[in-house]
Amino acid sequence: MMKPHRRKRLGAILFVAFGLSVAVTLTLFALSQNINMFYSPTQVANGEVESGTLFRIGGMVKDGSVEQQQDSLAVNFVTTDFVHDVAIEYEGILPDLFREGQGIVAEGRLDALGVFQASRVLAKHDENYMSPEVRAALEQAGANPENHQFRATPED
Amino acid sequence: MIPELGQFSLILAFCLSILLGVMPLAGAATGNRLWMNMGRPLSAGLFVFLGICLVILAHAFVTDDFSVRIVAAQSNSLLPMQYKVTALWGGHEGSFLLWTFMLAGWILAVGIFSKSMPREFVARVLGVLGLLCASYILFMLATSNPFDRMVPVPPADGADLNSALQDIGFILHPPTLYMGYVGFSVVFAFAIAALLSGRLDAAWARWSRPWANVSWAILTIGIALGSWWAYYELGWGGWWAWDPVENPPLITWLCGAALIHSLAVTEKRRVFKSWTVLLAILAFAGSLLGTFITRSGLLTSVHAFASDPSRGIFILAILGVFVGGALLLYAIRAPLIKSEFGFGSLSREIFLLANNVILVVAAASVFLGTLFPMLYQALTGDLISIGPPYFNIIFVPLMILLVILLGIGPISRWKKTSGAYLQRQLGKVAAASVLLGVALPLIVLLNISIPATIAVALAIWIVLGIGRDLAAKTANKPSRWQGLRSLTYGYYGMQGAHFGVAVMLIGVALTSYFSSERSVLLQAGDSVQLGGYEFQFAGSERIAGPNYNADRATVLVTRDDEAVADLYPELRVYLANGAPSTEMAIDPSLLRDLFVTPGEIRANGAWTMTVYVKPFVRWIWLGAIFMALGATIAAADRRYRKLARVRDHAHEPAVGDMKPGGLQPASGDGT
Repeated sequence: MMKPHRRKRLGAILFVAFGLSVAVTLTLFALSQNINMFYSPTQVANGEVESGTLFRIGGMVKDGSVEQQQDSLAVNFVTTDFVHDVAIEYEGILPDLFREGQGIVAEGRLDALGVFQASRVLAKHDENYMSPEVRAALEQAGANPENHQFRATPED
Repeated sequence: MIPELGQFSLILAFCLSILLGVMPLAGAATGNRLWMNMGRPLSAGLFVFLGICLVILAHAFVTDDFSVRIVAAQSNSLLPMQYKVTALWGGHEGSFLLWTFMLAGWILAVGIFSKSMPREFVARVLGVLGLLCASYILFMLATSNPFDRMVPVPPADGADLNSALQDIGFILHPPTLYMGYVGFSVVFAFAIAALLSGRLDAAWARWSRPWANVSWAILTIGIALGSWWAYYELGWGGWWAWDPVENPPLITWLCGAALIHSLAVTEKRRVFKSWTVLLAILAFAGSLLGTFITRSGLLTSVHAFASDPSRGIFILAILGVFVGGALLLYAIRAPLIKSEFGFGSLSREIFLLANNVILVVAAASVFLGTLFPMLYQALTGDLISIGPPYFNIIFVPLMILLVILLGIGPISRWKKTSGAYLQRQLGKVAAASVLLGVALPLIVLLNISIPATIAVALAIWIVLGIGRDLAAKTANKPSRWQGLRSLTYGYYGMQGAHFGVAVMLIGVALTSYFSSERSVLLQAGDSVQLGGYEFQFAGSERIAGPNYNADRATVLVTRDDEAVADLYPELRVYLANGAPSTEMAIDPSLLRDLFVTPGEIRANGAWTMTVYVKPFVRWIWLGAIFMALGATIAAADRRYRKLARVRDHAHEPAVGDMKPGGLQPASGDGT
């Protein structure tokens, strides 16, 4: 027979262990359901992403590619890692620092035509700051991120 | 010349912190009174010299000394004075100096408010904090010196403070957050001192409690300020984004909340001791982890400090040494720690244990979600991000469970509570909260909404539970008033903080489920309908601010043809570097916020805007204020002060008397 205080302690430990294992299972499940992969324009152009999956894409906004609809909030532009381009369509208000030649990250899905339908477009709050994703995309494609770091100056 | 004095003063502070890290600890280990007594003067010196560093750096900002690199990078001659001063913490180096100064402030406070504690204990606490402070100053001197000069030629003018930071939120949020964060170092040092002396007793828990409470209260305010600032400055209408830099304070906050509750059990019932120590270490680790994530730039976030990998590694080393060392000490000492009292399977101890499990699981899941992308990248090389749904899926059920237990815990009794007693106390409360939870949203909304029902029912559960407990606690007194007066600050603090949970819960739930928003393109004269309000864009004008030009729109909000508010959102361009900034316009009220975010101006004069109606959003921060007030009131409880007075009369506390070889576990505790 176990002593009562031992039994209590065992009870407490089992209670904690049970709570933790439930929590870990739920957490891992939730985690697996909510992973957004990040792809560079080159990876998208190579067909590494199936249409319909939610993912993030990052690159520079190609110069001269931004076209706005005059009567609505729809906008389309091209993001590039200087090797491949991906066309992006978005309906909504773009962030302050969204400009041509600036790094952006967009979240959304590819449609049947291979156009990226963005549900969210992110540009960072510091114009000297490049998000690790954009940096990685440029490096993978062989461009030197430092050359594109300070593009968005007021004279642009 | 003056910045070099700052540099010199920083080096002196480093020397003092090394002495503070060595002498009192060595004194405590060998029983050398003189060395132990060095703790207080050294900590005062450390505070003074770090204060001088801060004043000198502020002077460089105020006088536009652009030869100092961080002044050139973060300030500008046109910057309004309040932002010149606060631009000091607008970048990595300056904010780290502020952080270190906050630590020195806490060390000084420990020196002042520890008169009632044994000499050895105070010496160990100050020593551990001294070592921590030394590592921070070394970090500054080695990788991020705030007094670095621009050589050979300083720029004519500075690059300006990031426009998003030129705001009252930036003046308030970082210092408050740092102060709360760093406060947990004190609780950590208390735990380490207790482990070193082998004396983890109720007295240790009692000494730690006010410090844990105050740190947690300040951290609560710091996080709430950050949330409030992000809400009106970032302009996406949200108050929490599960951003990788928002999450570490939350992890620390959750661990801190668990710690406060577990300290209560350790003080009153002398159980959960080793768990409490572990929590103190975890909360501190959370605060260092936050620094690491922010400064290493390893994760994408809205907080973009210019990053440098060597800094990340340095902070990781500090984290490893302090947390690793603490855990090692803990592993050596934990077997010596014995819990003294048992408790029943239905008791306040059990409810507080459940509280701790839930809070720590919540903290762990936030931790996992925050660091998982980093881990994933290290293992596979692929970049991923974890979306807010992950955090919501985990958080919402955990918090519902927590709130249900929150209603029961305070009313249950230590050691053993009967189920019948709980049922008698809370049966009607439960019934009433379910009934009102269904009825209230039904009356207001005229339809059934499950999220609103759950939120309202849970909030009423908390509030009625508090009322029931107050009634029970005052029932046996001659009059209600006397009953209320006989309750302690500790009790009122607890109930106040719990009331804050109810208020925040209403805010979070109702804002999340009933906010509405629309993005539109408007010509002058156009209007848009949202949530029963009409937003009319009346036109725009050019205005000039102190260091920016702006286009200001006028948006007239009406409801049923009655004027509600005039809103003036702005699109600013800062003169120094041409950085754009949008200024939201908000009409706040207790029941709903009306919110306009300007987007851009089209060639034909039309504006893009997003309009929001956000019900009950203010309740989120109001709840945080109640929580912080509650924790502070509890920290002011008489028993912490009474202890101090008793000890003052006794001149030399017997417990603190010389015990050479203080590493032996002490037997027989003096309280």
